[in-house]
Amino acid sequence: MSGFFDIPSDLQHSWLGLIGLHLREALLPVLFGLVCALPLAQLCVRFRWLYPPVLWVTTVLYAIPSLAFFVVLIDYTGQTELTVMIPLGVYSLVVLVPAIVDGVRSVPQETLAAATAMGFGPVRRYVQVQLPIAVPAIIAGLRIAVVSSVSLVSVGTLIGNQGALGNLLADAMFYHRPELAVNSVVTTAVLAIVLDALLVGLRVLLTPWMPSGARRKPKAATARPEPATLALEDAVK
Amino acid sequence: MIRIDSVTKRYPDGTVAVDRLSLEIPDRSITVLVGPSGCGKTTTLRMINRMVEPSEGTILLDGKDITQQPVNTLRRSMGYVIQNAGLFQHRTIVDNIATVPRMLGWGKEKARARARELMERVGLDATLAKRYPYQLSGGQQQRVGVARALAADPPVLLMDEPFSAVDPVVRKGLQEELLRIQDELGKTIVFVTHDIDEAVKIGTMVAVMRTGGKLAQFAPPAELLSHPADEFVEDFLGADRGIRRLSFFPSAGLQLLTAPIVAIDSTAEQITARDTAGAPYLLVTDLEGRPLGWGEPDRLTAGDIRAEHLLSHGRPFVAGTDSLRAALDCAVLSPTGWAVAVDAEGRAAGVVSQQTIAEAIRSAHAEGRETDRAARATQVTKAVG
Ligand SMILES: Nc1ncnc2c1ncn2[C@@H]1O[C@H](COP(=O)(O)OP(=O)(O)OP(=O)(O)O)[C@@H](O)[C@H]1O
Ligand SMILES: [Mg+2]
Repeated sequence: MSGFFDIPSDLQHSWLGLIGLHLREALLPVLFGLVCALPLAQLCVRFRWLYPPVLWVTTVLYAIPSLAFFVVLIDYTGQTELTVMIPLGVYSLVVLVPAIVDGVRSVPQETLAAATAMGFGPVRRYVQVQLPIAVPAIIAGLRIAVVSSVSLVSVGTLIGNQGALGNLLADAMFYHRPELAVNSVVTTAVLAIVLDALLVGLRVLLTPWMPSGARRKPKAATARPEPATLALEDAVK
Repeated sequence: MIRIDSVTKRYPDGTVAVDRLSLEIPDRSITVLVGPSGCGKTTTLRMINRMVEPSEGTILLDGKDITQQPVNTLRRSMGYVIQNAGLFQHRTIVDNIATVPRMLGWGKEKARARARELMERVGLDATLAKRYPYQLSGGQQQRVGVARALAADPPVLLMDEPFSAVDPVVRKGLQEELLRIQDELGKTIVFVTHDIDEAVKIGTMVAVMRTGGKLAQFAPPAELLSHPADEFVEDFLGADRGIRRLSFFPSAGLQLLTAPIVAIDSTAEQITARDTAGAPYLLVTDLEGRPLGWGEPDRLTAGDIRAEHLLSHGRPFVAGTDSLRAALDCAVLSPTGWAVAVDAEGRAAGVVSQQTIAEAIRSAHAEGRETDRAARATQVTKAVG
């Protein structure tokens, strides 16, 4: 009788190894998304006309089911991690751009006027005033991006077993070991919850200037469907 | 000196916010721009630090066109205070105030020391230094806004309705604080408000603007009240212009009577022997000469001179320092119709009837004898400090 944490050898990883793999596949795309979203959002704020088309494109991209995305990409990038990470990066971008734009735009007019009047140039103003004030909104976006990314990685099991913890689902069926499926779902969920908690902690650390009682409800959180549940359903299919 | 030379601002949508405006803003004094909403006050102010560029005309600072120097250098030489303060919510109070010195390359410690010094100057408790803006009241935030604008000791201060978002009591405190600070620092201040009372109270010069961005009148407040240029200015000044104008007449010339003043230890004989100049009531003072209240001569001569039987004397005015408006106010509020004048130490200096004040007002009007701004400013300082 093999135990809960005994991972079949065909996966070539221990349980912890799978977690590491899962984290890499989930977080690298979010990082990529953030790095692209910061300047893109700034462009959208500076040139207002740019935001509606960008928002439109990102919404359409978000609407593409992950499986369809994978199938298209397989022709180009094969059955690799990259095939899994590209859609995840795109999804992150899609979540982060509006989050950052909303956050930056929520900076009060008076604050901006004061900064300009004190001789802040546009770059200094973005980095020293707008971004710090947008931190709560950016982290709210990051939370969604990270959680959905963590759950979506599992779908990668259909792309040549690139699903990290998700691969346990296939093995559970193959070896008739239902506990592996439980392990996969529970570990993924715990991973998502822990990462989310870390982000909340980061927010608290970065924003001592927010009234603690009345922390603003992150806007982006309500704007999108709950990705974790969707992705889990998607993954189990 | 800031010289605005036939400046016009036309916004891209065609709105003419300011129309051929010319103003000479004197150094080291407060010039107030006042007018109804949308008359171009903010636009005018923002053209001075180039947050808005004029469509036509030039603005000169000490004889030099302001476009001659880099825009951020210009802005750092001008403090800017706005409604709701516009503080950086993510920075502590002391770091908010230290912003411009830090940008000018000061060391962190030096900038913070300067910030703490300014907090004291604007009347903020040192314990607030490490707080964030959300932890301060509106009035405190506004003080931080003023301190932040003063941080790098700029010669010019631009203020856009800085006190309009706070309640009247706090506003009055802030106005007096500003006059006090101005007395010490002597900045060239351009102050925007839509409140004519505020303009009259703090302005050395007042520019009344009318809708369409035109200048209606540019004059010292006393002149504005006595000689409004046209019907628009007169309407804008409001109904009790006459009363308010009285605050520019000194009470120094008022004939004060000392005969109706008796000390509380006076005997009935002493009181009867006194010629009370026809005053219906006598003012009773304590042994140091501070007013206690009014007593009827009959009761006093009957030996009934206990303090609890006296009528309240209301709030006295300070002889010489306060204006005729204050004197009239005392007389109107006094149950006897007589005002009590005190000296700087609060001792009764004399009493004066409404009739006497009315005569003084008439003759002051006839002579057109308003005190000038500078004299008033020091009076306010005295009153506050
Ligand atoms: N960026 C802009 N684009 C177009 N029109 C503008 C702009 N800013 C101001 N205006 C217009 O210019 C006029 C003057 O505006 P301004 O803000 O200078 O008025 P104000 O005297 O400060 O008014 P308030 O007392 O309400 O603050 C108004 O009619 C306003 O609508
Ligand atoms: Mg305005």
